Amino acid sequence: MMKKIREKLSGGVFFTLALSTISALVIITVFIFVSGMPLIAEVGLFSFTFGMNWSPGQGQFGIFPMIVGTVSVTLGAALIGIPVGICCSIFMAEFAPAPMRTVFRPAIQLLAGIPSVVYGFWGMIFIVPAISNHFGGLGMSILAGSVVLGIMILPTIISISEVSIIAQPRTYKEGALALGMTHWQTILRVQLPAAKSGIVAGVILGIGRAVGETMVVIMVLGNAVALPESILDSVRTLTTNIGIEMSYASGQHQQALFATGIVLFVIIMILNITAQIITRKKVK
Amino acid sequence: MRVNPRTAQKFAKGLIWAVALLVIAVLLFIIVFILYRGLSVINWSFLTEVPRRSGRAGGIASPIVGTLSVTLLAVLVAMPFGVGTAFYLAEYTRGGIITRIIRFCTESLAGIPSIIYGLFGFIFFVDVLGLDWSILSGGLTVAIMILPTLIRTSEEAIRSVPVTYREVSYSLGGTKWQTIRRAVVPSAIRGIANGLILSVGRCVAETAALIMTAGVELAMPRSVMDSSKTMAVHFYTLVMEGLSTRNAYGTAAVLIILVFLINVVANMLINRFVAKGR
Repeated sequence: MMKKIREKLSGGVFFTLALSTISALVIITVFIFVSGMPLIAEVGLFSFTFGMNWSPGQGQFGIFPMIVGTVSVTLGAALIGIPVGICCSIFMAEFAPAPMRTVFRPAIQLLAGIPSVVYGFWGMIFIVPAISNHFGGLGMSILAGSVVLGIMILPTIISISEVSIIAQPRTYKEGALALGMTHWQTILRVQLPAAKSGIVAGVILGIGRAVGETMVVIMVLGNAVALPESILDSVRTLTTNIGIEMSYASGQHQQALFATGIVLFVIIMILNITAQIITRKKVK
Repeated sequence: MRVNPRTAQKFAKGLIWAVALLVIAVLLFIIVFILYRGLSVINWSFLTEVPRRSGRAGGIASPIVGTLSVTLLAVLVAMPFGVGTAFYLAEYTRGGIITRIIRFCTESLAGIPSIIYGLFGFIFFVDVLGLDWSILSGGLTVAIMILPTLIRTSEEAIRSVPVTYREVSYSLGGTKWQTIRRAVVPSAIRGIANGLILSVGRCVAETAALIMTAGVELAMPRSVMDSSKTMAVHFYTLVMEGLSTRNAYGTAAVLIILVFLINVVANMLINRFVAKGR
């Protein structure tokens, strides 16, 4: 009798606990939207997202320069992070001798574990002055943000791509080699195409990380609210806008920051869902 | 003109080696540089004194306590939910609509940036629930952030327990709960511990969400209702407000050492775990 009750109970308890992620996601979504929507309703979605002026003191809330900022820094980070990340994952999966692999993998894990503020600090001390010395200007720029973020998204891209290259059936590789292809031809024509969906998912998640990163961009971007004209210009991203102003914002200004959060949230969810759809197809 | 495949291979191989070595070099450079400047700052009084004059002088004792208490709270709160969800997904369901929704939510939570968690924690825990800027608000916010890591690692650990263990238990007349408790848990425990350690690492590194929920108090916290800076938040203010470069390097070095130790422990757990599974 006791046994039966315990059986029923354990299943029920686990099921209840498992509902926690659903309720967490729902409650987060609800609170962010409820806190930011009034402002979007007042200003209008169009003039909020495409407005050029951000001066909360005067009641002007346009975040277009920050959307441009986020997109440009993310693109820059992707241009650096994607090729380097894919090269590293090929290295890990195919070229690295066993002892190298045992060093490389924990190193990449460590790279993922280091607090982002430390990367930001490193960027402030090395990348920003280097850019300022070589190209002029203040150095706080899209370029600086792209370099630091490009390094930061490496672990995400590398680990997911490596797993999807390794997960391919051995026979693919063996077949190609048996046909007389070189190792590199096999990688390029057989293994990478077969692992494509996993690599794409890794890249998308890496991009999501770049879009969502806050501390690093506050530290190296300069945070000017203006449309950039070159990669040496300072920009402000959506995350930076929230991170900098939240500490002193109140009333409508605070609502506007939550509204910025809504835009960020929507972008991230689109990236997330795309990555999930791609990986799910692979499973089938 | 066609390039000889062997030449192409040589070239590609060289390029990939170069890129990989470059990444390692950059990583080493970041770590060695911070440690080089920071290790000389770390001594007993730096670790045990409370910051004075906003951190210009004194040590980092209260941020250390803040970090530890936020982390402990987050892990304690998240563990039952995370591990419970993992058991549900691995043992109790064969994939229906509910499982798909749970998986979708877990993946989505993993992708949400920390600043959004910060906004949520601020409006929900700090404001609506009236917990104010406190270790409690910060810990609860980070608890949600680490759920996906916990679920994913624990589920993997549970799934890697050989089916035969379960079959033996059932064949001896064990019920589902007995099987889980006596056969699955003991062999999955290392993998689950590995997930816990990785989550600790995430708590220690978190900054954006904690500024908005745990606040920026530097005095030694007396209860979970007190606001407290964590080390990462303290480091950030030291750098951004130009308070003390020396103490910033010291704090960063402590953080890196901590993250390094966390990784070492996690790897030890997972290596033994894998070795045992073979």
